[in-house]
Amino acid sequence: MEAKSIIKGSAYPIRRSNIDTDQILPAKWMKRVERTGYENGLFEIWREDSSFIFNDPMRSQASIIVAGENFGCGSSRQHAVWALRDFGIKAVISSSIADIHRGNLPQEGVLPVELDQDVVELIMAATEANPKVEIEIDVTNRTVTCREAGVFATPFRIDNASHFNLIHGYDPIDVTLTFNKSIEQHESSRDPWLPKCGPEFV
Amino acid sequence: MASPRTLIDKIWESRLIDSKPEGDLIYIDLHLFNEVTSPQAFEGLKLKGRKVRRPELCMATADHDVPTGKLELRLIDEIADKQLRFQQMYCKQYGIEHYPMSSSGNGIIHVLGPEKGLTQPGMTIVCGDSHTATHGAFGAVAFGIGTSQVEHVLATQTLRLSRPKTMSVTLTGTPHSDATAKDLALAVINTLGTDGGTGHLIEFRGEVVHNLSMEGRMTLCNMAIEAGARSGLVAPDETTFAYLKEKERSPKGPLWDLAVAYWRSLATDPGAQFDNEIEIDVTGLSPMVTWGVNPAQSVPVGSKIPSPESFETKSERDATIAALSYMDLEPGISVSDIPIHTVFIGSCTNGRLEDLEAAARVLSGRKVATSVRALVVPGSASIKRAAERLGIDKVFSEAGFEWRSPGCSMCVGMNGDVVPPGKHSASTSNRNFEGRQGPGARTHLVSPETAAATAVLGRIASPSDLPPINKKEGK
Repeated sequence: MEAKSIIKGSAYPIRRSNIDTDQILPAKWMKRVERTGYENGLFEIWREDSSFIFNDPMRSQASIIVAGENFGCGSSRQHAVWALRDFGIKAVISSSIADIHRGNLPQEGVLPVELDQDVVELIMAATEANPKVEIEIDVTNRTVTCREAGVFATPFRIDNASHFNLIHGYDPIDVTLTFNKSIEQHESSRDPWLPKCGPEFV
Repeated sequence: MASPRTLIDKIWESRLIDSKPEGDLIYIDLHLFNEVTSPQAFEGLKLKGRKVRRPELCMATADHDVPTGKLELRLIDEIADKQLRFQQMYCKQYGIEHYPMSSSGNGIIHVLGPEKGLTQPGMTIVCGDSHTATHGAFGAVAFGIGTSQVEHVLATQTLRLSRPKTMSVTLTGTPHSDATAKDLALAVINTLGTDGGTGHLIEFRGEVVHNLSMEGRMTLCNMAIEAGARSGLVAPDETTFAYLKEKERSPKGPLWDLAVAYWRSLATDPGAQFDNEIEIDVTGLSPMVTWGVNPAQSVPVGSKIPSPESFETKSERDATIAALSYMDLEPGISVSDIPIHTVFIGSCTNGRLEDLEAAARVLSGRKVATSVRALVVPGSASIKRAAERLGIDKVFSEAGFEWRSPGCSMCVGMNGDVVPPGKHSASTSNRNFEGRQGPGARTHLVSPETAAATAVLGRIASPSDLPPINKKEGK
């Protein structure tokens, strides 16, 4: 994955809490076995409504979502992140992003940005008022700037593990495999009663 | 003397391989798969030329896509068919235990793990499915992961994670005798909110919790994710050991005694500190039903739908307006006045034998209202067989329910089992999100008992709302 340092762009404000992954990408899209080609599924049902913010022609270049709290709750489907990524979303700003989704976003290079609700509100109001308002996210230093909202280099929250992989562009599996000795050590001392699986049980 | 530790701390620390500022490296004891969230992970593994590190710690089933109709055990579409063929191919290639569609061992993944004795106390269990929390009922750290993490576990049998915070949710008091584990779950989510558990693992504590059967604990832990928590756990006790004894994959002989001794040591030590501690008084709790589009939006059966103004925050008021608009409901009307078109009993939340027995007790000698389509989908093929041995299938069929084959079915609406647009359903599943049970579907989450009573009256009702059975007519 490509290393990230700065993300800059205009936004789609979605003033709604508890946006679940079934809304981000309806379940029918999960029948596919591919990792790409999910852009048309993003908010598929909500986009049928011409007043939905994603249909605003003034925002056709937007690349950041600003949403209410508990974004991405519900199903663990990473397909929702494939849809965001394929559509061109680079970052999601919310006061809280649900645990599994928050872990899934950076796997595809989409930055989860958690800020206090009052800061989210300032950015939300600024981008609602003017579609061209630009948000700049300094990934390396974990800060957000949005001049029109009066937000300057405000620190955001992100898991250390996600941040580490994003700024270095590392493959997490490669990083973990450098711990192979420690993993083997653990495996040699597992409790003898732990269950085993295998085709022979079928 | 070592400082007192929680159940969660004990399990986490026993599986800890490495600790760094960027997270803890945790060993995974059991990796479960469905057909939907794993194909891309296997493909990624293949593209990088990596192997499955521990196929003997993996188990797979087909549940999301699987049709459940009696005479149509074939796939309803080509894309789903391809997905199932992919799963079969990869499981064969890597030597993974797999229960394909229609096989005698098939079922919902979170029903299979416990029923085969694969889910045991003290384990770490993951699956590309958020309802992996179900396995926490046994005192295991069990949680849902995304497809990249599925690939990571396949390749390394580990995950690098920020250590979750711990929360104790203690239930006190005595609920109404009609209240079930599902009603406890809905009450907990109503109290915590949809994100009250974010960043946490929850240990459910208190007599009310430990009085639940394993099936009831599974229902409660299953829905911890709906309060935003990564998972919910219950400390293993005699009920847990009795359930596990003699299960196919549980420890046997001298290993059983060793295992039980260890499992006993897992309970939270007196004086151990949680990051958050919450007590919920469930005194008098009665059957619950959701009226909105997230599982926190619930009221007792028979109550009125709240008005947006009754909520404290603007965000909650906005959410209520949006929910009522989607559900086409007015504040102030009684939930009992909502006409129900579809009743679904099943899912990893409420598709176990105990759930079917409970619903059948309500239905025995009664008939489903003519306006209602009702279906019951057992959680696994073995539950289906057990229910048929007990004659429960007859009770459902005679009442007017469709008796179907196992799968996720109408909980996720991927297999052709859907609620028609605009219609209301009473469902024993776990999510009432917009469109979850099909485009435009309006879902009300309930217990199996409430679902059964609702099917009879054609409107949301608990068993106590049912008139006594007229013996002549009932037969």
